[in-house]
Formats: sequence, structure tokens, C-alpha cells
Amino acid sequence: MRKVGIAASGLTEFSKNDSSVESLMLSAIKPIFHETKNLSQNDVDVVLTSTNANNKYLANIISELSGISPRTAHTVESLCNSGTNGIVSAYSYIASGLADVALVVGAEKNDSPGLVLEWDKSRGAYTHPIYWASMFASAHMRRYGTTLEDVAYVGAKNHRNAVDNPYAYFKKMFSIDDIMKSKYLTETLRLLDCSMPCNGAAAILLASDEIIKKFTDAPVWISGIGQKSISAGFTKNEDLTSMKSTVQSSIDAYHMSGKKANNVDVAELHDAFSICEIIELEDLGFAQKGMGTSYVKNLYDNNDKKINPRGGLVGSGHPLGATGIAQTIEIFQQLQGKAKKRQVDRAKTGLVHNMSAAATSSTVLILES
Amino acid sequence: MNTFEQELKNNNFVCSSCLKCNKLVWPPSDFCNSCFGGVTWRQVEKTAKLVEFSRQGNEVFCIAEFEGNIRIMGSIKNASNLKVGQSLTLVKCDYDSKWKFILEPVI
Repeated sequence: MRKVGIAASGLTEFSKNDSSVESLMLSAIKPIFHETKNLSQNDVDVVLTSTNANNKYLANIISELSGISPRTAHTVESLCNSGTNGIVSAYSYIASGLADVALVVGAEKNDSPGLVLEWDKSRGAYTHPIYWASMFASAHMRRYGTTLEDVAYVGAKNHRNAVDNPYAYFKKMFSIDDIMKSKYLTETLRLLDCSMPCNGAAAILLASDEIIKKFTDAPVWISGIGQKSISAGFTKNEDLTSMKSTVQSSIDAYHMSGKKANNVDVAELHDAFSICEIIELEDLGFAQKGMGTSYVKNLYDNNDKKINPRGGLVGSGHPLGATGIAQTIEIFQQLQGKAKKRQVDRAKTGLVHNMSAAATSSTVLILES
Repeated sequence: MNTFEQELKNNNFVCSSCLKCNKLVWPPSDFCNSCFGGVTWRQVEKTAKLVEFSRQGNEVFCIAEFEGNIRIMGSIKNASNLKVGQSLTLVKCDYDSKWKFILEPVI
């Protein structure tokens, strides 16, 4: 397989400002063509669109509107981890030699049909994601004594980080007290424990090692990939204190890259709800089981931006099809040393974790400068 | 409305069962997810195990597991001193665009 790297990226602000999916995508693509040296539309072999919107033939439409005539154009949809699925597909095209340069663009609107998986009837009347998140929270609290205050540290940390992210949905800090007093949606979940559906887009340009230096002097390499789908129905994740698909994805990504959790300098974790970050820290090997809470509290107390420096989904907002790409862009910028106020010192190795539908599927990427 | 949902609306919780290998197929499907054999419908036992629960206002919602395989989300009425792992019994099921399950503790 050929080496594949990230050459360039573009983002829109995550907001409730109304815009079409096409316009959002073009807004994220525009800076890639404006700011990347030697890049023209003729260089792009593959265009992949990542969204849960019901727009048909979208990758071809975006290609035409961008002046690109690619060999391959199609949409990748996998609910909340559509974005990293798009990146893995693009990686595969390039690594196999079918393409040299691929553009992946993801976008979503706040009323996306991807917010609830209608197929999963096993949720009964409890179809909204807050119910599965409450089950994970209750299980973790029961087994490890995790408290609502422990969970509030995730939100307080990520909202604080999001203040330095110009593209984030939230522009203000929330204290532990603010979160503790926010509206209780269930016994174990409050409004400020949740990520917000919003409008937004993210785009990323991948290229083979044979051509990438034409576009950037500081490529970031994708050195590890792990993906796992255990089911579509959320009740198949037997142990609710863990995300089985995340555990397996991380094992594969660490194996492929030759890295381990203790080699990772900076990471983006999929905190669709604050409790998710605690569980993921444990499942990805950053903390021992039951110790995710103290790991987060330590990050908060030391203003350490190692985990979710852009503010996570809780602080940045969650435009489903864009999220995994935005997470990857954050690690790309961190490893290039271009993350400004969010920069983690001497970051050389990063991790992206993106999951869907109560962690029934997960993607883990390892990136290296 | 499919057969499963029609039965649910009749307050009858059924599940597809493989005609070839006898596997209980969950979620309901026209094909066995082990051997792709055809299926028939059979009654699910009324007793379930409480896997996890939480509350929304006065309402208790839960994950319940039937026959060691079938997990659903439903509500629990007459809930007090609940313990994960305890037995529940299905007192009502229904279908109204969503599957609905109401359980209560086995005393």
C-alpha cells in the first residue's frame, strides 16, 4: 500500500445559520483551493461527500459546482461517523493506487434525518439519543461510582477549549455549577451534557506520498486505521460501561500504526454526550477502567488540552457528516503546529475517534507528522 | 405494518425463529441471521431481566432482556427499589408508529 497523507483542509463555522448542504460544502472546499499551493481542480481524482442529508448524486453535484471532473464521486453515509468513513474510503482509493488525490467534504444541517435511526425499533418509544446515553451513564455510575459532578468536568473542559475554536457552535464557557444546574433531561443526563445538532461543513484533501509535497511542505500521515461495526440496533452493545466497537477499532489502529495510547500526544474523542468521553478514555487505553473521571478532572485542573482541544462535540456542535472530518482537521492542525491558542506542545502523534448510533460502530485513526 | 408490528398491536410480543436451525432471530427479520433460513413467528416469554434503567420525571425507562437474547427499551410501572439483574414481567406491548413495551417488577 502507498502512504497517504493530509495536505489541506477547510471548515465553516458550526452554527444555526440557514444554508443549503451544497452551499455549506462549497464554503468548506473554497479555502482548500485558495490556500493550497499548486492545487487545481484537475489534480482531484476522487470527490466523496459525507452527509446524512437525502440529497441524491451529491458528490457529482459538488464536483460540478467546484469545477472538478473526478474519476470517482459518491456519497458515504454512516450516521455520525460518516466523516471518518469518507476519509477511510479516500485513503483506500489512494493507498491502492486507484487515485492520487482525494477531496472529502462533509456537511449536515441541524434538522438532519440522521439524528434518529428509524430502523432501530428495539429502542421502543425511546428513540431519541438521550435515552441510550442515559443508559451508558447509569451503568458507569452504578459500576464505578461515577457522579454527575464527575461528568460535568467533561463539559466544563470542552466548553472552555471551544472558546479558542473560531468555528465552534458555543462561544462561551460553562462552569461546573452551570452544568450541574442545567436542565435535567433524564435522571443521569443534563442539557449541557449533550452535543448540539447544528449546520456546518468540513473538507479535507488527501494525497499519496508521491505527490503530496507538491501541495504542502508539512503533510500529516494517516498511519493507523481501525473500524468496527457490531450492529445497527443499539442494544447489541452488551456491557454498557464500554463501547465494544471502539475497543476493537483502537486495537486495530494501534496495531497498524505501531503506536499505543501512551504514544498519543493529542486526541479528538467523540463526546456526543459527556459520559461518552469518560468511557472512551478508558476504552482507548488512556485511562484504566473506572479511572476516566479522574483523568478528565486532571485535564481540567491543569488546563491540559490533550483531549478534545477544539472543544469536542459538546463545545463545537455536532453537524453529523462534518464531525469526523472536523475532528481529523483539528489533529492535522495540531500536528502541523498550527492550532494557535489550542496548540498542544510538541504534538507529533494524534488520534481521532468517531462513532455512530450508541457506539454500534466506531472509527479510530492514528495520525503522525 | 408488518406481522411483528400487527402482533405487537394485538398485545402479543413475538419473535422470528429460524425454521432451519431454530435460532431466535432478533431484531425480527424474514431471514435467519445465522443460516439465512426462512422463519416462523413464536411467542416471546413474558419474563425479562433488567439490564439497566434511568428516570425521566416520574417515568422509569429501561433496557430489558428476554430469553437471554432479545433486548428492548421500555417503561417500568410500579417501580420501587429496582435492582439491575432482577426479573421483570411484560404487562403490555403495543404499536403506534413505535414499538411500546410496559413492564413491571416480579415480586
